[in-house]
Amino acid sequence: MANNLFVDSYDVASGAFQTAGDASASIKRKLKQLGIDAVTLRRVAVASYEAELNLIIHSNGGNLIMEMSPEEVLLISKDVGPGIPDISKALEEGYSTASEEARDLGFGAGMGLPNMKRNADTFDIESQVGEGTTIKMGFTIKR
Amino acid sequence: MTIRDLIPILDAKVLCGEERLDEEVCTACGSDLMSDVLAFVKEKCVLITGLTNVHVMRTAEMLDIHCVIFARGKIPGDEILEEAKEIGIAVLATEHTNYTTCGLLYQAGIKGSASRTGA
Repeated sequence: MANNLFVDSYDVASGAFQTAGDASASIKRKLKQLGIDAVTLRRVAVASYEAELNLIIHSNGGNLIMEMSPEEVLLISKDVGPGIPDISKALEEGYSTASEEARDLGFGAGMGLPNMKRNADTFDIESQVGEGTTIKMGFTIKR
Repeated sequence: MTIRDLIPILDAKVLCGEERLDEEVCTACGSDLMSDVLAFVKEKCVLITGLTNVHVMRTAEMLDIHCVIFARGKIPGDEILEEAKEIGIAVLATEHTNYTTCGLLYQAGIKGSASRTGA
């Protein structure tokens, strides 16, 4: 997007439960400063937090990228593996492959991807086993 | 109803966030599973939970939840309260169980988050 007001990228490490939410909190605060409406802000925050948790719980590490243009917020989650063997299964509510550690913390209920999809206006997921997963979510800003 | 009105209903203690007590409460969500909280919570919601880790506050922050009630006598650690103060969340604690806490609030007229979050 050539017209971006703002681009931000965060590294999210595998297993980094202690700092889970730092990237999403930062994204939320920045978008709030940029004057985005409260409803869109909440949708972005929820999807971002779910994506960040997924990177921590499931991936070998990755990035959370936020781009904001006058019309929309684009949230990209990109990891370096292990990839999702069956995306349609992963998109089912309640299907989870999360660890006990994640579950003990209150996560891993198999709601992450469906919740991201529900909160975003556009949702695109691509995954290759052995390569990684990229999720792109678009949120139209209300004016 | 305001957060302050919940205190006598639940015989609750205020652990932090006095400045938020006059804010309105419309709905409530009771869960120890933050995944479900992220999927169901609506605006002006209070969260009732027995889970005491810092992710409760992070989840509340993402959802604009301004009041968290720790049930069944659980008192969160200082780290969690510091996080709550930083974000600006009122934290209450009650001896009642999750179930009773939810029941008392429902009886007082606070309904649940009926539908899922999102567009």
